[in-house]
Amino acid sequence: MGIKIVVCVKQVMDPETPASAFKVDSDTNKVIPAQGIPPVVNGFDENAVEAALRLKDSTEVDKITVISVGNNFVMDVMKKPLSMGADELILVQDESVSELDAFATATTLAKAIEKVGEYDLILCGRQASDWDQAHVPLGLAELLGLPSITLAQKVDVADGMISIQRSLTDGYEVVESQLPAVITVSNELGEPRYPNLRGIMQASRKTPTIWSAADLGLDAESLSPRLTLTELFIPVSDKRVEIIEGEDEADAGRKLALRLREEKLI
Amino acid sequence: MGGILVFGEIGQNGLQSITSELLAAARGLSAGSGDEVTVALLGSGADAASQDAIARGADKVYSVQDPLLEDPQADAQLGAFEAVCIEVKPSVALFGRTPVGRDLGPRLAFRHGVGVAQDCIEMTTDSATGRVVATRPVYGGNALAKVTFPGDGMQVLVVRPKAVEPLGADSSRTGEVVTFNPGLDPSIVRARLVQTVRQESEGVRLEDAVVVVGGGRGIGGAEAFEMLHELARILGGAVGASRAVCDAGWIDHSYQVGLTGKTITPDIYITVGISGASQHMAGCAASKNIVAINRDADANIFKAASFGVVGDWKNVMPSFIETVRELVNS
Ligand SMILES: Cc1cc2nc3c(=O)[nH]c(=O)nc-3n(C[C@H](O)[C@H](O)[C@H](O)COP(=O)(O)OP(=O)(O)OC[C@H]3O[C@@H](n4cnc5c(N)ncnc54)[C@H](O)[C@@H]3O)c2cc1C
Repeated sequence: MGIKIVVCVKQVMDPETPASAFKVDSDTNKVIPAQGIPPVVNGFDENAVEAALRLKDSTEVDKITVISVGNNFVMDVMKKPLSMGADELILVQDESVSELDAFATATTLAKAIEKVGEYDLILCGRQASDWDQAHVPLGLAELLGLPSITLAQKVDVADGMISIQRSLTDGYEVVESQLPAVITVSNELGEPRYPNLRGIMQASRKTPTIWSAADLGLDAESLSPRLTLTELFIPVSDKRVEIIEGEDEADAGRKLALRLREEKLI
Repeated sequence: MGGILVFGEIGQNGLQSITSELLAAARGLSAGSGDEVTVALLGSGADAASQDAIARGADKVYSVQDPLLEDPQADAQLGAFEAVCIEVKPSVALFGRTPVGRDLGPRLAFRHGVGVAQDCIEMTTDSATGRVVATRPVYGGNALAKVTFPGDGMQVLVVRPKAVEPLGADSSRTGEVVTFNPGLDPSIVRARLVQTVRQESEGVRLEDAVVVVGGGRGIGGAEAFEMLHELARILGGAVGASRAVCDAGWIDHSYQVGLTGKTITPDIYITVGISGASQHMAGCAASKNIVAINRDADANIFKAASFGVVGDWKNVMPSFIETVRELVNS
């Protein structure tokens, strides 16, 4: 018997959207989606899918189920984890889950995972690149009463135990726990694999399961937000750069050094 | 309900700087609310660090002692802090965005069913409601969000390191030290830290460096970092990098500057072939001067830079480094 893995993913605005295309509607406190730039699966969540697939390559994994909570899903985008090799996709679509509020998202995910029933390991990305909170996985663990380990750069499973290399800015920690557990995955794990043609074909034949908050027995009360967004704005900088020019680029390099000396910066 | 409770962190040299920063933030909030500032210090280093904590802004120190705290296990630390919360009943709990604090803050909030604001860079007390208004970067730093906590429950904030200036140590400040035994049950430790492997950095630590030389994808490969190391050596500085080059394996991840890397605050940060994505700037925006060498005049890095050269580094850097060497040696 192998293990069953749930991977939680989020659809986000492409974080590589150039700063010049990043706009905020200050009346509604919402980010205006940039024209012509489709959303993506949050990068760290792809790392989490990759971690699940690597376990499947090396150990016995019965099933990888991908779950997402959100709105306005773009099916081609959300099917990417399936084309990478995951088995099943569940989308929980509900207007009442505000994307800022980690509490509502974690509550909804916890209910969805309970409805899925059998699981040994829950993998999430270390944080979502939109609100950068890193709260949902930790909340999920608390709500399900499970141990949590964050920032995995390496994941090993054996005999009902999980061993994680937890990435630090100066090295790593080795942290262990019994399964089931919630693990967040960081980019140090390595690049997520590209879907191959066979994967894309298989994904195209799969239909995601769609649930609403009501299907999970959740009402507005249980999803009431724990944070209120009062203002969202783009910080303005009054910095003006002094561009150093020269006869050619080498001369500009020389003049830059002299200018920095003049300012006593070197 | 009352008071501000700080999750203190102690290192080999006593109180960590993040804890001094949190105490300064707590004093700032207290100026608006009149709340008492309490810090919880865990484990055997607590007593030695207590007076320093008071000198840096604490009114009260909980020295939390339990056999389980001798080993730095996050689950035990959370249990201990929760026990202090039951005693103090704080209206605000402050954590640093450190490897420990970034996890314990949200976990505490979820256990109590209250909200938590992550990675805050500014905190004020709303004079009308007495509640906290927190400012935090979102969308990788492209935008700033102000958030508040509805209702009257505990407000949990995780604060970005180096976002708040610590107060100078004032040894004339007085405060109370309480020894507290939470009586932890060993079964609460479920995720167990078994080993820590530190990457020893040579020379100046990136986080402490006064001069940083950073390389991005534009430098094209691992070899070109030797040139950046050389410049850093001449200037007595450290080398940093963007995530793109760390992910590409050109240099180790311990060099990464940014939202998910290190935060640097040098006097001068010289960037070569870095585009200045908001997630990178999140780790270096507090540099006093940014210098950009990039061949794209529209690159975002020039919006944050004080000085720049638009050009190919292959042409710019040799003469730049040579001139710097002459100037430094003269
Ligand atoms: C959630 C999240 C967290 C992130 N965290 C971080 C983080 O902590 N740190 C970080 O750095 N990034 C982070 N990123 C990634 C970030 O968004 C950018 O992708 C990354 O910083 C880009 O790195 P770069 O500037 O080296 O590369 P690029 O954006 O590709 O820029 C390369 C630059 O080099 C210039 N160039 C090319 N050739 C030359 C030449 N010959 N001479 C001169 N200039 C040249 C180009 O004009 C360009 O501006 C994060 C992203 C996400 C989504």
